[in-house]
Amino acid sequence: MVVVAIPGPLQPYAGGRATVELRDSCATVGDALRALGEVFPGVRDRVLTEQGDVRHHLNVFVDEDNVRFVRGLATPVSDGSRVTILPAVSGG
Amino acid sequence: MTGRVAQNGVLLLVGTTKGAFMFRTSGSRSKWTMSGPYFRGEPVYAMAFDGRAGRQRVWAGTGNPFFGSSLRSSDDFGATWTDREEHAIKFPSTSGLALKQIWQIRVGPAGDPDVIYCGVEPSALFVSRDAGKTWTANAGLLGHEHRPKWTPGNGGMCLHTIIPASDGRIGVAMSTGGFYRSDDGGRSWRARNVGVRAEFLPDKYPEFGQCVHKVVQHPSRPERLFLQNHWGLYRSDDWGETWHDIANGVPSDFGFAMAIHPHDPDTAYIVPLESDRFRCVPDAKLRVYRTRDAGKSWKAMTRGLPQEGAYESVLRDGLDTDAADPAGVYFGTRSGKVFASRDEGASWEMVAEALPSVVCVKAAMVTAAPARRQAVRKAGAKRESRTGRVLRGAR
Repeated sequence: MVVVAIPGPLQPYAGGRATVELRDSCATVGDALRALGEVFPGVRDRVLTEQGDVRHHLNVFVDEDNVRFVRGLATPVSDGSRVTILPAVSGG
Repeated sequence: MTGRVAQNGVLLLVGTTKGAFMFRTSGSRSKWTMSGPYFRGEPVYAMAFDGRAGRQRVWAGTGNPFFGSSLRSSDDFGATWTDREEHAIKFPSTSGLALKQIWQIRVGPAGDPDVIYCGVEPSALFVSRDAGKTWTANAGLLGHEHRPKWTPGNGGMCLHTIIPASDGRIGVAMSTGGFYRSDDGGRSWRARNVGVRAEFLPDKYPEFGQCVHKVVQHPSRPERLFLQNHWGLYRSDDWGETWHDIANGVPSDFGFAMAIHPHDPDTAYIVPLESDRFRCVPDAKLRVYRTRDAGKSWKAMTRGLPQEGAYESVLRDGLDTDAADPAGVYFGTRSGKVFASRDEGASWEMVAEALPSVVCVKAAMVTAAPARRQAVRKAGAKRESRTGRVLRGAR
């Protein structure tokens, strides 16, 4: 099972949940986000662009690792992984 | 401050880099009531009012820096806003494109009361034919043979101007790319930039590639267009087939903002800026220029506007007119000031002096009776409960 931590601003699009447990098997963080998006398309649209890329000012972590510095959406996940979605430092 | 504004008279929609505001005034247009900010912290570059078919609907294109751009609407003047679960404006996956920003929302002609357009970055035209429920990218522009050669200006590669007509013609302008017109309802498009200069290209008069900043059309004379270019002021009397230089007596022909008089196709308004390198009003004087003879001459309108130390600029959607008689003229500055004229530009009053940077000002007449408004509001809220959430105040 992979657990996805939903940031506060996106929790209304995830039925108010702070975490979502994915019971389907996922090999990569991309698989996990796609599985999440099938259940909560509002979260998907706000995390991924229509081309399936992580939005520029969002960071996705597998446990402690920012996937941008690993293998992007191909970063592997395994049973017990925690995927965390967090807004980056940005704004003006 | 959020919530609703008063219900009759002129409605001024003001988009800023940190949210949206509404201003309402009665028939005298002498006292304004502000509401907002809506969408706190989110840039709102596009707003529009749809008063067709009994609606009283405000549209806003919001650009959340983290979660993408959304199209939002309110049927109760900002008390509640729709918040769709899925984003309304999305490029098809086959395009390879992803939405960056909504630059323009434009309701269609009165004869097509369910048609609405959105111009976006990267340059594309989205069309809704069901009053905003569903949206489709215009295939003719998406697959246009010129697309690989359109290049981004400072604001990005955006389609920022939409001119719908009731005879099946549509005009769009983009930076860069220039002005394009369709004569078949949007199926095919042809560049129409004859006479428009491209200062930044070796060929100064190419077929396309101009950096057009804004185009306006008069509703009673659709073939009459005015164009503010990245250097250059032009008029067309043949729906864009040919353009003629009308920079007669202006301190600079560089600028962004342009608006047309609601009743007189010979009268238009601009706010010239010094240059592309110093994008402030010339001589530190905030002046709106008005022509009443279709560009043969321009006159500075200054009464009530700061005439010294004013390093202001007005962006492409920061100037608009209402439909009253005499016409109201409105503009907002990058420094967060909003000015209003209720005498066609002859004199000005400050409506707001310290908003976030203003990027969009749109004026609309609101005249529906209260009973009708309530009915529309309830219907809108019910519809959204099936497709998304309705947020009160959108704080």
